[in-house]
Amino acid sequence: MRRASRATHTPPPAGPGRRSFVAGALATAGLAAAGCAPPDTLISGDTRLRQWNLFAGGDGNRMVEMHDAYQAEHPQIDFRATTFTWGAPFYTKVAMGAAGGRGADIATVHISRLESLAPGRLLDPIDPALLAEFGIDDTVVLPNIWEKCFFDGQLYAIPIDTHVLIQYLNLDVCRQAGVLDADDRLVEVSGVDDYFDLLREIQGVTGEYGLSMDTWNPWSNFWALYRQQDGDLVFGEDDFEMDDDKALAAMDVMFRLSEEGLAPRHSRDADTAANLSNGHAGLMIHGNWEIPTLEATGIEFSATQFPAVFGNHRTRGDSHCYVFPHQRDRDPERTRAATEYAAWMLHHSLTWAGGGHIPAYQPVVESAEYDALHPQSEYREAAENVQFEPEAWFSGSAGRLQEEAAGALTTLHQGTQTPEQSLDQLKGTIRELLTVPSPV
Amino acid sequence: MTQNTHAPAPRTAPGPAAAPRGLVDVRRRPSSWTGLWFVLPFLAFYALFLLWPAVVGFGYTFTDRSLAGGDVSFVGLDNWTESLTDSAMYDSLWNTLWFTVLSVPVMVLLALGLALLTDHARRLGWFLRLSFFAPFVLPVTVMTLIWGWMYNPSLGLFNGTLGRFGIEGPEWLFSEDTAMFSVVVATAWWQVGFNYLLYLAAMQSIPKDVYEAAAIDGAGAWQRIGRITLPMLTRTTALIAVLQLIGSLRVFEQIYLMTSGGPNFATRTVIQYIYDSGFVGLRIGLASSMAYVFMVLIIAASIAQFRLFSRKEG
Repeated sequence: MRRASRATHTPPPAGPGRRSFVAGALATAGLAAAGCAPPDTLISGDTRLRQWNLFAGGDGNRMVEMHDAYQAEHPQIDFRATTFTWGAPFYTKVAMGAAGGRGADIATVHISRLESLAPGRLLDPIDPALLAEFGIDDTVVLPNIWEKCFFDGQLYAIPIDTHVLIQYLNLDVCRQAGVLDADDRLVEVSGVDDYFDLLREIQGVTGEYGLSMDTWNPWSNFWALYRQQDGDLVFGEDDFEMDDDKALAAMDVMFRLSEEGLAPRHSRDADTAANLSNGHAGLMIHGNWEIPTLEATGIEFSATQFPAVFGNHRTRGDSHCYVFPHQRDRDPERTRAATEYAAWMLHHSLTWAGGGHIPAYQPVVESAEYDALHPQSEYREAAENVQFEPEAWFSGSAGRLQEEAAGALTTLHQGTQTPEQSLDQLKGTIRELLTVPSPV
Repeated sequence: MTQNTHAPAPRTAPGPAAAPRGLVDVRRRPSSWTGLWFVLPFLAFYALFLLWPAVVGFGYTFTDRSLAGGDVSFVGLDNWTESLTDSAMYDSLWNTLWFTVLSVPVMVLLALGLALLTDHARRLGWFLRLSFFAPFVLPVTVMTLIWGWMYNPSLGLFNGTLGRFGIEGPEWLFSEDTAMFSVVVATAWWQVGFNYLLYLAAMQSIPKDVYEAAAIDGAGAWQRIGRITLPMLTRTTALIAVLQLIGSLRVFEQIYLMTSGGPNFATRTVIQYIYDSGFVGLRIGLASSMAYVFMVLIIAASIAQFRLFSRKEG
C-alpha cells in the first residue's frame, strides 16, 4: 500500500541512479566488447608483431620454443603468437580478418590453400627484395616449392617446410620379419605385388596387419598413389580430366589392402600411430609430423620415403608457409619486422625439423646437424618427390575437395564400395564442386 | 520488514479491496517500465547478436557473398533454388531426422524411467541423482573422447569385452549401418540428465496426499504410477518432448567430433552441411539460405508437436 501510493506521485529519486547504472554497465560492456585495451605499445615504442598459426601438439611445442628464442633476440619487438584450431576454423578466421582489412601481421597457412585465400585481395604481396635483404631468395629454397609461392607473378608466401606422407617402421617387428638390411634399413621393394608380399611377411609376425594407415581421411594416400602413375587431374571451366585407369589402379590398392586384412578397415586419428607402436602393424604410412608422437611412445622406429608402390617414391605433400593477411593500413615498419621474423624462423628451422617437417631452407637441410637428426635425414629426398594438389579454390589441406573425397574413398577400406563405384562417386563430387561458382 | 507488518491488513479486511484495485492498475504501468530497464541489457544484446544477424543473414540469401570477402552481387533466388534441389541437402536433412527419430523417444522415456527409479529409491536417492546427472556436466569434447575410445573396434572397451566372450563386436562409429545408433547411445548417456532433472522436479511436486488417498483406496504401486504420476506429468512431458525435439534437430557438435559426418556422410547432419558450405566452402549466401530452410522446418516441427500435446491435454 505504501509503495503503491508512492509510485502514483513523483518518480522516486532512485530512478535516475538506476538508469545511469544501467547506462554505465552497458557502456562498460560495450568498451570491453570493442577490445579497447590501453595502447601499451604506443607507450613503450616497441614494434607490434602479431602472428597467427595453426600448430598444436608436437609442431606447436617446437614453434613456441623457437618463438622464445626469437623474442630473447628481439626485445624491441612486441611479439604475440596466437594458435587457432587446425583446419577450416583457422582458415575462416584468416579469411574473415583479412576481408575486414584487419588481418594479423603474419600468418602460417598451407601453400595448397594459397588460391583459396585470394592473393591480391585477402593476402598482401611480399617484397622479394626485402626478403632477400634478410637472406631468403630462390637460391636457398627448392625450386619446386619456391615457384608455388607466386601468384600472378607476385610473391605471396614464404615457405617454411615441406610435409609429406612417409613410411614408418616398427624396427622390432620388421627385424623379426627379416625385412631389414644390416643398417636397419627396409629392403627396397618396387611394384604392387612386391609391396603386398612385403606386407604379408610382416603380417606373419604381427598376426594383425602389415601396414597401418589412416582410412578416415584417405585422400592424401590416394593422391600419392595416383601421382606415382603420372595420373593427372586438370580442372577446366565446367569439366575436368582424370585418368580413370590410373585412379582405379590406385583405388584397387587401397581396396585390397583392407580387403586382405593387410591394413585395417578402420583407423582414425590416434589409432593409426597406436597400431604401429603397439606392434599390430610393422609399417605405417602417415605424415612426417607423427614423429614426436612415436618418440613419446618410446618404441624403436625409423622412417623412409613413401613406398614405391608404382615404382617411384612420389608422395602427397604440402608446405607450411608465411603469408601477410591483408591490412587496410599496412605499416611499413611492422611489415619489415614480419619479413625479418619469417627469415629468422627459416634460418633457425633445425628446431622445426625436429618435429618431422623437412625445412624449406636448404642450408639447414644440407647441414651436418640435420644429417644427425634421425629418422628425419632418412627421407629428406621426399621434398623433391612431393606432389602438390592441383590448384583450385576447393583443393588443398582442409579444403572442400579433401572433405568430400573422403566420403567416397573411405568406402574402399570399409569394403562397402568397389573401386568402380568409389570412382563414380569421387567424379560426381568433383563435378559438383566445379559447377559451383568460385567464392574466391 | 515494514511490508510484513502491513501485510495482514488487506487479508483481514477483504471488503475495501475494490478501492485499492484502482490504485493497483495505476501502479502497474510505471513498474513495468522499470522492469524494461532491467531487461534492456538483455534486449540490446539479443537484438545485436541474434535479431540483427538473422535479418542480415536473410539478406545474404539473395547474394553470392563469400567468406573470403570480395564483390557481392545479387543473385535472386539462386541460393534458395540450390538449397532446395541439392540432393546432399536432403541426405543431411534425412540424417538429422533419423537422429531425431532415434533420440527423442529414448531421451524422454529413459529420463522418465530414471526419474521414477530415483523417486522410489529412498536411501540411494542422492547417489542416483548424482550418477544420472553427472555426465551432463561433461564438455562435449571430453564425452566424445571417452566414447570414441570405447567404440574403437580394435582397441576399445566394448569390443574388447565382447571379444572375451568370443563375440565379434560391431564396428560402431565406423560402419554406415551402426554409426548413427552409436552416436545416439553416447548422446543419451551424456544428455539425458537434463530431462531427468525436469521429470524428477515435477514428480516431487506432486502432492503426497494424493498418493496417500490412492493407497488407502487400495491402489498398488503400478496403479499409482499409471493413474497418478504419469497423468500429472503430462505438461512436463510436453515440455521435455518439445525441447528435446528442437535439441535433437539441432544436433551438430558431438557428431562432428565423433565421426565428422562419416563414414561416407552417413551421419552428416544438416547443421554440418551448412557449416561445410559456409565455412569450408566459403559460400555464405548459400549457407544462409540453407539455414533459413532448416529454421522453417524446425519451427514447423515444434508447432506441430506442441499442438499435438496441447490437444491431448485439453
